Amino acid sequence: MKRTWKVQLWRRTIMGVVALYLLLPLYSMFDFSTKPFGFADNGRTLRAWKVIPSQPDLGVAIARSLITAGIVMLLILVMIVPTVIWVQLKLPKLRRPLELLCLLPLAIPAIVLVVGIAPLYRWISINLTESPITLAGVYSMLILPYTYRSLSAALDAVDIHTLAEAAQTLGASTFRMISGIIMPTIRTGIINGSFIAIALVLGEYTISNILNYKTIQVVIAQIGRSSGNVAVAVSLASLIFVLVLLLLVPSAKRRQEVLDVDLA
Amino acid sequence: MSHISEPGAGSAIGRAGSRYWRGKTSYLGALPFILFSGLFLLYPTYNVISGAFKNQQNKFSLSVINETLHSPITMGAFRNSLSISLRTAIAGSILGGLFAWALVTGKKKGFLYKISVALSSVLAQFGGVMLTFAFLATFGFNGVVSSLALHVAPNSFLASSTWLYGLNGLTVVYTFFQIPLMILVFLPTIENLRPQWREASDSLGGNSREYWTKIGFPVLTPSFAGAALLLFVNSFSAYATAATLINLSSFLTPLQIASALSSEVGGANPAEAKALSLLMVVVVTVVMILYSLLRRRVSKWEANR
Repeated sequence: MKRTWKVQLWRRTIMGVVALYLLLPLYSMFDFSTKPFGFADNGRTLRAWKVIPSQPDLGVAIARSLITAGIVMLLILVMIVPTVIWVQLKLPKLRRPLELLCLLPLAIPAIVLVVGIAPLYRWISINLTESPITLAGVYSMLILPYTYRSLSAALDAVDIHTLAEAAQTLGASTFRMISGIIMPTIRTGIINGSFIAIALVLGEYTISNILNYKTIQVVIAQIGRSSGNVAVAVSLASLIFVLVLLLLVPSAKRRQEVLDVDLA
Repeated sequence: MSHISEPGAGSAIGRAGSRYWRGKTSYLGALPFILFSGLFLLYPTYNVISGAFKNQQNKFSLSVINETLHSPITMGAFRNSLSISLRTAIAGSILGGLFAWALVTGKKKGFLYKISVALSSVLAQFGGVMLTFAFLATFGFNGVVSSLALHVAPNSFLASSTWLYGLNGLTVVYTFFQIPLMILVFLPTIENLRPQWREASDSLGGNSREYWTKIGFPVLTPSFAGAALLLFVNSFSAYATAATLINLSSFLTPLQIASALSSEVGGANPAEAKALSLLMVVVVTVVMILYSLLRRRVSKWEANR
């Protein structure tokens, strides 16, 4: 009896301390964003929240980030997912190399990837066009470990060889077999992988800032230099948005599957 | 056109031939991805690694690496990077690990459990500008804690915000995203601790301390160490938070890389950026290999269970 009481006390203390650590800064953001600024305000004000829509670069930056996330998503669906399935089905020899390739970004910090890609990015921006496509290309590599892990976990759970044989015996084309039969059976894995990808893209600052591409995070930093309250309000709003987005994802064990790495 | 649906079509030689070509043409399916990752992943990696071994005249040379490794500024930044990663890995893994334990001993899959997991998966990714703002609003000038401290204990370090911009401040800020990551990574492991083991230990006359020192900790140690390594890498690679909080480019290796890369300050030095990048890649690779070895041990134990 005495032991359970002690354990309860420990539990409460630990949970309280950690909760305070994690929630206090979030509360402080709210507090900061409602602080009076300027002479017109007395007491608390929601003005910082109300001026969010009229921030000059913000709308464009949100659109840019969403378009980039959309392209990344497209790359996942059209290129990464079919390739992983294809290799699983037809190219068993490439399985291990593909896995290593997909896990490589874990060993390459984003800041290092920027150093390597900067000359290419500059060349493309000068000679071709400055579009979100190049950035989306880099991002799609950055998220590879996460996407690959959730895909291969999903693929391991179904017997795709039997599915593929059945589909081809019934006369389905290869395209139909992958897009119409195998992809729908692993859709949870695809959705999980895509959600992680989108959350990463919307929160990414390192690469876009150094390549001078004004995504949402870069613009939030920019707003922060002139009006702190507004920038804090925008940050809190986008945090809540991502929280809602992630609450929509069915599985909660995503991260663990993803990080169960075997490099050797 | 499907080959599988035509069993026995063609002569033996023809079949062998088509099978040969089928094997080769299958590789075409993987080609777009290989080319793409070659362009956006392998080429940059190669670029960094090979660039670190070249001098200004584009010839093979160890001079840049040599200079980088012997520069006191670089080594200072590198030491700070290692120190901050070590400190936040330890703080994050202990606090997050304890929180995971507290969650598991509570009501299984209750509301508190669900909300903690959901919030952790958001906060583990919460870095960069927004995290900097959150901590400025807490401990910065006119922040919640600093204005409180100004009233209660005006002489304490909390009353001024200067500590936030140093090693201690950055440790506190980074630990914010390390704790939730630890919770996410460690929760499945701690859930695997069987209540039967506790019962067995109790019925054999073991007390709580004996259970933890002889069963609990030994079973959890490899996973815990693995998670701590992951946290180390997470902190070591982080750039955005430090970049928005600290103005001194020689403070951490990632900051130094960014300033060597961009010419805003004046002397852009891509060669130095590459040598520093190589240094980071080496550290991260070594830690990830250790991590992978530990994971292997964990999965062996889980398989033998």
